[in-house]
Amino acid sequence: MGGDRRRVRFWIRLNAGIIAPGFRWALRMSDHLHALEQQSIHVIREAYARLKPLAMLWSLGKDSNTMLWLVRKAFLGQVPFPVILLDTGNEFPEVYAFRDRLLKEWGLDYINAECPSVEETDASLPPAARAAARKTLGLKRLIAARAFRGILLGIRRDEQAIRGKERVFSPRRPDGSWDFRDQPAEFWDQYQTDFPAEVHVRVHPLLAWTELDIWRYVERESIPVCELYFARNGKRFRSLGESDITFPIASNAASIADIIRELEQTRESERAGRAMDHEREDAFERLRAAGYM
Amino acid sequence: MQRETPLALVLAGHVDHGKSSLLGRLLHELDLLPTGKADELAKLSERRGVPLEWSFALDSFQAERDQAITLDTTRVRLKTAHRTLVVIDAPGHKELLKNMIGGASAASAALLVLDAQAGAEEQTLRHAYLLKLLGVRELVVAINKMDLIGYSEATFHAREHEVGTALARLALQPRAIVPVSARDGVNLKDRGSLVPWHRGPTLLAALEAIPTPQADRALPLRLPVQDVYRSDTQRAIAGRVESGALAVGDELLFSPSGRSARIAALRAWPHDGPKTVEAGDNAAIVLDRPLVVERGEIASHREHSPKWTSVFDAEVFWLAATPLTPGRELTLQLATRAVGVRVQAIRHRVDVATLELQPATAIAATEVARVTLRAHELVALDDFSALPATGRFVLRDGFVTVGGGIVDASGYPDQHVARAAAANLTPMRHQVTDVERAARMGHAGAVVWLTGLSGAGKSTLAMALERRLFDAGYAAYVLDGDNVRRGLNANLGFSPEDRQENIRRIGEVAALFADAGFICITAFISPYRDDRQRAREATRGGQFLEVHVRADLAVCEARDPKGLYWKARHGEIKGFTGIDSPYEEPDAPELVVDTSQRDIATCVDELFKFVATRSRAN
Repeated sequence: MGGDRRRVRFWIRLNAGIIAPGFRWALRMSDHLHALEQQSIHVIREAYARLKPLAMLWSLGKDSNTMLWLVRKAFLGQVPFPVILLDTGNEFPEVYAFRDRLLKEWGLDYINAECPSVEETDASLPPAARAAARKTLGLKRLIAARAFRGILLGIRRDEQAIRGKERVFSPRRPDGSWDFRDQPAEFWDQYQTDFPAEVHVRVHPLLAWTELDIWRYVERESIPVCELYFARNGKRFRSLGESDITFPIASNAASIADIIRELEQTRESERAGRAMDHEREDAFERLRAAGYM
Repeated sequence: MQRETPLALVLAGHVDHGKSSLLGRLLHELDLLPTGKADELAKLSERRGVPLEWSFALDSFQAERDQAITLDTTRVRLKTAHRTLVVIDAPGHKELLKNMIGGASAASAALLVLDAQAGAEEQTLRHAYLLKLLGVRELVVAINKMDLIGYSEATFHAREHEVGTALARLALQPRAIVPVSARDGVNLKDRGSLVPWHRGPTLLAALEAIPTPQADRALPLRLPVQDVYRSDTQRAIAGRVESGALAVGDELLFSPSGRSARIAALRAWPHDGPKTVEAGDNAAIVLDRPLVVERGEIASHREHSPKWTSVFDAEVFWLAATPLTPGRELTLQLATRAVGVRVQAIRHRVDVATLELQPATAIAATEVARVTLRAHELVALDDFSALPATGRFVLRDGFVTVGGGIVDASGYPDQHVARAAAANLTPMRHQVTDVERAARMGHAGAVVWLTGLSGAGKSTLAMALERRLFDAGYAAYVLDGDNVRRGLNANLGFSPEDRQENIRRIGEVAALFADAGFICITAFISPYRDDRQRAREATRGGQFLEVHVRADLAVCEARDPKGLYWKARHGEIKGFTGIDSPYEEPDAPELVVDTSQRDIATCVDELFKFVATRSRAN
């Protein structure tokens, strides 16, 4: 119990002001990240215990990489299910290179899900949304082929108002669509996982995280992220999507610490550089109702 | 600077009392609205010739144009100078209770908003009641629309007294009751000059003062097992510590299997495992010996273990369109355990506005009731008041979540204690052996357990069988309601618990008779499989002969030898088996005797031959 005594002494010094306030702040912040991390691990373990077969969408962005890190924490270094890239062929070259590096380093069971062409998507959607809808179709076909009951996704409530309405365990009808008007009651971490055989469940372990939380955690844990997030020539990507429908923002943030500072001040929305969100007011809502991530 | 863990705050109250306006105005006061939004709203309101409507800010801020989607919970971050609040705007409509409960269960504190003109209406009280039931204890009350009562101090104090009294009846004590006006921005962030008489805090100061909830490490340890991860070399038991703490070297008791082992190591990645894990954190436990542990068990220390029971009372909120009725079969999910339960009885309905307890036979959607639940297996649980995480549950009917509730098992015995006490007894070996007894009697001892509906013919058969056996030289004796209820069980009534205890004692006495070498015949309805199983377990192997005395309900009701069915049909008896209380047919009885198909003499003959064969002395 020597550790306990040390901890008590530490708290006394902390509260007596012997330890600098800046460090005190860092501690409280890490309490917050710790609580988020533990909640996410609990969700991931719950999904693995109750939804079989399970897989994870790995878009290679900061969020899904954080999620993959949390998966490895949950399963003591292992990733006990496949990770899926919905591949439109239009990711940035840097993203593909980043993927190849991690595949080698982390030994992942990887599925490259090639997405159908844009001609096969809903023609009534605006162009960028149609490009995004290719992923919905790709996912739908993969789920049908592999009979996945659960899919882990790294979406967050603060990204987008519609995503704010999501459940942690969110059932999808056989056609992949989301019935946001009648979602299951979800309380006390008692997630519902039993659904008819044709329904699959989208599981969202990062729902309560914010963009800033992610970056602070990436910094704390030294999680690898794609180089495109860091500024080059006054521009950086804040959110990563397909190269044809994603645009960089003006920024000089060249390190994670810079990014954190930038985000603490900004009033711009995270997805400002994602064309599909802005073509038409309800475009994102329609994409999501039809099964987009 | 705000840096702590955000406080999750649910916004509750009646639909028209200004929750969204209050939130919109708070966003403005904290300068969190997008640039130009306030001017835009002012112009919009001016054009319409209405006072500035702050709830518009929230709607457009959240891009919630779709009417249907605004009905689900919204989360808004409020960053104040001192901390971050995640405000969960729960719908106020009664029919959206499902979403309100979802939002409120994620909160650790609540802001209850009520209209200064209207006071605490039924929906306000309903929300307060549910908040309490869900375990939200930290509460701030905002008396809104003070502008509409001219900032009257007297009216405010009248409201304050009224809502304070109503909440006190729920044993809820708000941290503060504050007068505010969302429209004028009074007493939200700044006091303003319109409520000079107010001595308490501003709304934001009151919210900022709510303490961040701390997991209590001093409580007894509970770790519901989530999963077991097997590698070639090790098995790691995964689960989250819901209360208390565990450390390497601790002995863990798994309930309700009763197995135990010590913690050899705690694992983690990428760093080495910790030496201790505290409430709120996930653990991966390696035990010091191989043990069959499954998802659903609860690990604790041996002292302060959870209660083991298959029957308990609960306060339940019901969400399904079809009412909750006695006899209904549901799935109970408590911590990581899922188990079938039957609604044994509805004790009463709670009128959430008056707190009156009303008799009820069915509970409709949005109602709250106290019920008795019977699980099909032994369950490890705690009283919600002592340990919330292992004292609350969700009810599902097939693929639908139909309700939830909190446990009060205080009136029921802990089977763990009973089993542990029995385990401490060292049986004395008799000097007379079973073989000697059987040789003296000419037959082995047995329990002939007749079960069936009232009027199926159990007592008639039992007495006739006793005569036949006795005449043939057997030592036989019948236990029935008359000779048991008068003496041994004279202190028992007819509540479900007393009925269960009645059967338990009969099972134990019958087992003693069998042990003594007698053929003991029992003639009780004994409608529950659990109870009969327990009687079987009280008897030594092979001695228990379960006989299902079968007759259709219609036949039994037509016979009605004691006039009981008539009384039950006319409401003079409650909880009568077959009428308003279930009969569980035996899964695999040793014998089925069908008295609606054959006469008594034939049935007795069949029974006699069966018992004679099974109790033949070896």
